[in-house]
Amino acid sequence: MIDINSWDWDTGEKLVADTGGWKDKFEWVEEFQAGPDGEKVAAIVKSGEGEFSVCVNGEPWENTFDKIWHLRFGPDGRLTCIVQTEMEWTVAVDGQTWENTFGYVMEVKFSEDGKNICAFIQQDGQYGAATNGEPWENLYSDMTVFAITPDGQHTAGAVRPEPLGEGEIFKFQDGCYTVAVDGKAWDKKFVNVWHMTFSPDGKKLAVEARSNLYDYTIVVDGVSWSESFPCVWEPIFNPKTGAIVAPVRTAGEWTLAQDGKIMWDRFFVQCWHQMFSPDASKLAAIVAPKYGRWTVAVDGRPWGTTFGDMVTDAVFSPDGTRIAAVGKEDYDWSVIVNDTVWPDTYDVVWRPVFSPDSQNIAIKVEKDGLQTILMNGRPWKRECEAVWDPVFSPDGSKMLVRSIENGKYHRRILPITEITG
Amino acid sequence: MAEGQVIDGIYFNEVIEDAGLDEGTKKLTPEKIERVINDVLKGETGARLKTYVDTCIHCGLCSNACHYYLSRDKDPTYSPAGKVKQTMWEMIKKKGRVSPTFMKRASQIASTQCCVCMRCAMYCPFGIDIAYIMSVVRRICHLLGITPLYIQDTAHSHAVTMNQMWVKNDEWPDTLQWQEDEAREEIPTTRIPLEKEGADIMYSVIGPEPKFLAQLLYQAAIIFEVAGLSWTMPATPGWDNSDMAMYTMDSEIMGRVKRVHFETARRLRVKKIVMGECGHAFRSVYDRGNRWLGWKMHPFYIEHAIEFYYNLLKSGKIKIAKKYEEPVTLHDPCNVMRGRGLYEMARYVVSEMCADFRDMQPNREHNYCCCAGGGVINCGPPYKMTRMLGNRVKAEQIAATGAKVVIAPCHNCHSGLEDIVSHYKLGTHVKFISDILYEVMEKPGAV
Ligand code: SF4
Ligand code: SF4
Repeated sequence: MIDINSWDWDTGEKLVADTGGWKDKFEWVEEFQAGPDGEKVAAIVKSGEGEFSVCVNGEPWENTFDKIWHLRFGPDGRLTCIVQTEMEWTVAVDGQTWENTFGYVMEVKFSEDGKNICAFIQQDGQYGAATNGEPWENLYSDMTVFAITPDGQHTAGAVRPEPLGEGEIFKFQDGCYTVAVDGKAWDKKFVNVWHMTFSPDGKKLAVEARSNLYDYTIVVDGVSWSESFPCVWEPIFNPKTGAIVAPVRTAGEWTLAQDGKIMWDRFFVQCWHQMFSPDASKLAAIVAPKYGRWTVAVDGRPWGTTFGDMVTDAVFSPDGTRIAAVGKEDYDWSVIVNDTVWPDTYDVVWRPVFSPDSQNIAIKVEKDGLQTILMNGRPWKRECEAVWDPVFSPDGSKMLVRSIENGKYHRRILPITEITG
Repeated sequence: MAEGQVIDGIYFNEVIEDAGLDEGTKKLTPEKIERVINDVLKGETGARLKTYVDTCIHCGLCSNACHYYLSRDKDPTYSPAGKVKQTMWEMIKKKGRVSPTFMKRASQIASTQCCVCMRCAMYCPFGIDIAYIMSVVRRICHLLGITPLYIQDTAHSHAVTMNQMWVKNDEWPDTLQWQEDEAREEIPTTRIPLEKEGADIMYSVIGPEPKFLAQLLYQAAIIFEVAGLSWTMPATPGWDNSDMAMYTMDSEIMGRVKRVHFETARRLRVKKIVMGECGHAFRSVYDRGNRWLGWKMHPFYIEHAIEFYYNLLKSGKIKIAKKYEEPVTLHDPCNVMRGRGLYEMARYVVSEMCADFRDMQPNREHNYCCCAGGGVINCGPPYKMTRMLGNRVKAEQIAATGAKVVIAPCHNCHSGLEDIVSHYKLGTHVKFISDILYEVMEKPGAV
């Protein structure tokens, strides 16, 4: 994890860059990205004819590329993007490209501390992963899902070791797909392999699989649960016990199963995005208690408030006593905390962020094209062209707010009382 | 394709080789058939099927609604009620004790001799939805492993890649970047913004666009650019809105594919999803897949391309430079017209773009199906003549307009009508709305 204590929590306001002026320097400027500590703002820019670069705090990288996409800051503040030069693709980190190049780079993931940067790559029509530029020794004729461990030391994918011809439906149904971890495939094959989750320590891998056209199960390190179901969704690990919990469908309804055994006594029209509280004492999920209505269920008990469009981004507070989530009704988004809805609705609401002491909740929201931060239901006084997710200081008394207003990117440290009053 | 034969006591009005059906049937046992039929009837259908079956008075008023029946000189085996008689009634009457050959024929009828177009439901005095009954037959066939090979392969593609055409994870963004490059030759500022979180619109298309019809992505990029919209396309699976698993009735895969589509829109924090010119994909997103997942409607506003173009023209965001001169007609795709009622918007769009618009008769929600929809064209080359001989009425409808161009705002309709106009030598071209819109719109910024 990143130590945010070292960030500047004292300077109240810093004008970091005149982002609005960048468009005078470059033919065009793409979407802005703000660094995690707020000290940098960056965008892909068109720097010349058929030539692209990345501008950081007003200064372009020395390198230019034929194409650039997927510009993202890693958790440690390093800025990465996928770049192409002379028809070869690779990853650039703070302007320096990896030595190895690839036929294509589809996706980049970061370890929690940002030290390992892992990419989903294609080389010569073969697929696999590369970590900090080093690809797997074995690549595969197809790979469809890409996962990494929290520390980024291991990478995995849903792979097809052998070719599969057009229309070979019976060969497909015999099972052609499996999982490769660090390039090494499991022996057993499946009809399909989907979402995969590593255990928090990175030692185990649980995946959703279909063993024939009709039987779905969870496979852990190559070994299937002895139970199968007419459908399952993504598994997660209990952070304390290592048990695996996944939504399963049975007789047309959904519930949660642990290590193959149904664990909740209630069934739902839908159940997914399950999550443990940090101490693993509680288990919550997003559920549809009745057709067309969505809410959060904690240990199998649904909240009374429901939404018609969706409920998403449920988050446990660090102490496990509260859950904040985003609800949507008639295309209006709002925030719900422990079954109580905050008063206003928005055009879009982002993921809730809890303060370390679990007392405060801050969220990025957008209305009528302007973005701001909400805290405990109250909006910040500024309405901005862009804001990024807020970050609480380690003691919870302050908040880092990154924003663009009137073409200027600011980094601000606010006492939380500036919003809560 | 051989005409009518009795095989194992079952009448086949067409005899077609299809390994998906032939090999699948060999593995069937009477016990398995009985169990699966009864499981589906008890566990998955309920009152709706029972009401339909109990209510039908066999009056035959639905027959003249069906393009297969009309085109096949009123052969009763192609009539809507006749198709139910040869499939579901028999399964219910015999309590599932039907033969493997019966099931093979049932699969042929449900998958290739019914487009689940729902036209007949409008002509039945009780509103009996034959398409629903045929879907239940398809579901039973899916669970028995007897689905036509080509569409089964497509369902496998959906299951692996979450798209219809086995498009790999690199091929999708690579194709968008290639089309972006091409579009910049015309309007240098054009972007196809990948993974732009917080954009107003997520634009989604179907698998054949990157595979065979990349010019549609180009045209879309130009339309978005000229209209000045905030939009994005995902670089990850979830970009494809199509769903042939909906038509093989592999509902679990249908739901999985739709979930990825909606979760991608959620991840990108867009305000709505705009879909390209596809009918079945629209049905899968706004009606079938969403409902299997537990939504009454859909978590994001879903705008079909017809409504999208309508809004662009109405608001003046896209202006017409010079109307298209050649006489055009419009094919009303079942899923967006009968299904969602977009026919007046479509007529507004066509009239704005074209100087000489001639409506087909009948039209709007009464229009005949293209005979490609409902997954029938996806059952592949073995069934091409099923579609051609099964839709003479559509050829007659088109010919009567005298139009030189048929506008078909749906991929399946578009491909099916291309076959029809060529088979019946109509001398017409088939175009998407965007083909013409792109041609006639003002393009400020073009070089
Ligand atoms: S093709 Fe259409 S009209 Fe014919 S039976 Fe099927 S749903 Fe009815
Ligand atoms: S019109 Fe309705 S009642 Fe008459 S045969 Fe057709 S489905 Fe049955």
